[in-house]
Amino acid sequence: MKALRAATPTLVSLVAALAFGVVLLLLAGAPPFEALWLLVQGSFGSASKVSATLLAWSPLLLASAGLVVTFAAGLWNIGVEGQIIVGAIAASWVARSFPGPVWVILPATILAGAIGGLIWALLAGALKTYGGVHEIFGGLGLDFVAAGMVVYLVLGPWKRTGVASTSGTDIFREEAWMPGLDALGTGWPVIPVALGLASVLIVWLLLRGTRFGLRLKAVGRNPRSSFLLGIPTNRYVLGAFAIGGALAGIAGTVQATAFHHKLVPSISGGYGFLGILVVLLASFSAAWIAPIALFFVAISVGSTQLDLRLGLDSAFGGVLQGVIVLFVMIGGAWSARRSPVSPAARGEP
Amino acid sequence: MEATLNSIIAAAAPLVIATMGETITEKSGVVNLSLEGSLRLSAMTGFVVAFWVGNALVGFAAAAVVGAMIAAIIASTSIRLKLNQIAVGFVLTLLAADLASFLGDSFVGERGPRVPALPIPVLSDIPFIGKVLFDHDLVVYGSFLAIAITWWVFYRTRAGLNLQGVGERPEGAFARGINVNTLRFWYTVLGGAMVGIAGAAYSLDVKLGWRETLTLNLGWIALAIVIFGGWHPLRVAFGAYLFGALQVLAFHLQDVFPGLAQVLPIAPFPLMILALVFVYSSGFRRIGDRFPRMRNLLGSEAPAALGTVFERE
Repeated sequence: MKALRAATPTLVSLVAALAFGVVLLLLAGAPPFEALWLLVQGSFGSASKVSATLLAWSPLLLASAGLVVTFAAGLWNIGVEGQIIVGAIAASWVARSFPGPVWVILPATILAGAIGGLIWALLAGALKTYGGVHEIFGGLGLDFVAAGMVVYLVLGPWKRTGVASTSGTDIFREEAWMPGLDALGTGWPVIPVALGLASVLIVWLLLRGTRFGLRLKAVGRNPRSSFLLGIPTNRYVLGAFAIGGALAGIAGTVQATAFHHKLVPSISGGYGFLGILVVLLASFSAAWIAPIALFFVAISVGSTQLDLRLGLDSAFGGVLQGVIVLFVMIGGAWSARRSPVSPAARGEP
Repeated sequence: MEATLNSIIAAAAPLVIATMGETITEKSGVVNLSLEGSLRLSAMTGFVVAFWVGNALVGFAAAAVVGAMIAAIIASTSIRLKLNQIAVGFVLTLLAADLASFLGDSFVGERGPRVPALPIPVLSDIPFIGKVLFDHDLVVYGSFLAIAITWWVFYRTRAGLNLQGVGERPEGAFARGINVNTLRFWYTVLGGAMVGIAGAAYSLDVKLGWRETLTLNLGWIALAIVIFGGWHPLRVAFGAYLFGALQVLAFHLQDVFPGLAQVLPIAPFPLMILALVFVYSSGFRRIGDRFPRMRNLLGSEAPAALGTVFERE
């Protein structure tokens, strides 16, 4: 009963967000309930659609898990998109240049992705700690640079055989693909999902049960007193960036080697920014990441059906995700206004 | 030369209006992070309304309302509900951008009314200056006014003093009898309305029509320019014109060096970061201690209470 009362504002907000979506569909002249049903159908309607949804779930899980760490340190890691991109570039480099069987290339691409994302995140971290550049703007700048790099590679040095095209590089050779479970017939993305779920679990344990995690949260809540208590805050900030960046980089590996099987300009898939929405909706805690991320990718994957079947712009999925997060945030704050819990105690950075 | 300067000033006009709006908002202590989405949604709304009504001015008004409404959500959730301005602004960025794509989908490719050219009589006949400054349309004259009025209000009026007080030391402003949150709310709404007008300028003046990528990345760039300009209207305007020059340069270069033309539009970001690192560096501080005037010219301190919630004890 108590749990139900605690969940009431969230449920009311969710219903309000859905109502907003219905009104929007009516405005666009679409049959609202058919459209919403298409969202479900398009993401879970058949085995291959479930498989596609699970494959999209993995990079979102990885990016979100990384963002939980950076948020715990009180950081707005807007550079997450760039970290995914650089991870994908590094993984693509390995996939393109190294020979060898799957069991060598697979760990190598994962490691390369992690290192690429880590380096890109540490750049934002160094700009913040040693350069006085707020991580939002350092990160945004690095996002732009990474996006420029991938376009340069796809059109320049790594252009596909024949005419260079923004459709991407050549397809990687098959040994460099992250293997699916083809025995089941639909190529279930077992390895990507395992990576995603493992990252969430590790982050949850890290923040709950380790000295590093507890001190990291202390740095996030109050950097000044943590510093005065002898915690090397800069090192913790950089550590959070390193973990967040490495996980985002692995998300890039999944995007390049399991989804596209090549490097494309839109390689990040927007999972970095979507991950920020997921973590905001999860109130910055790792515990709720997995179901919320699944819900959100289902909306993203399903909304492509709106385009195919009803001729609606697939951006509807993004609108719905944004409205859900906005309404739940407002609903939560509205009900919390009457309780004496401070924002910091609610776990906000 | 005249023609190039003329086109730089015209190209930068919407960005000048948007950055002045954001400067006003941030000076009052509120961050409106949603510019990337606000610009896109207001560009779409402005175009669609002008297209329906057949009048560009009505389109601008509608766009201003959209920008003001997004800003009002950020201000009121911060003031009333103590929600994080960055969080709400970020969500609104993505939400408004997708809303624009969804609602504007069927208007891509349509052509709407345009803002008529309006050379100012007499002034536009002055050699050189006339062609550069006074041979434009109302949007560009509006951008001049935005700079001049923002500067004048900030540094020459009591209202400007109060505005800066609210953004720098809200407790002090409150002690002097200023209603901090009311002032913040309305300056945020005003700034948002200006961002909305800038959005409409992209779809009704710079380009005629709407498509998804019309204002791509310009919102983020506007936010960067405000920091680059150190929250000083004249320096922010300088940053916007610098970016306008890069845009015009990229346009001219795209046939000769297609690669460079791709890179130039993202150049402001690394430039801004370098500028921030330079200003933060110990070398610059040493120079600043010896030549305070130079520090005032180049240094940039964010409004001290930027992004915080003011609560009466």
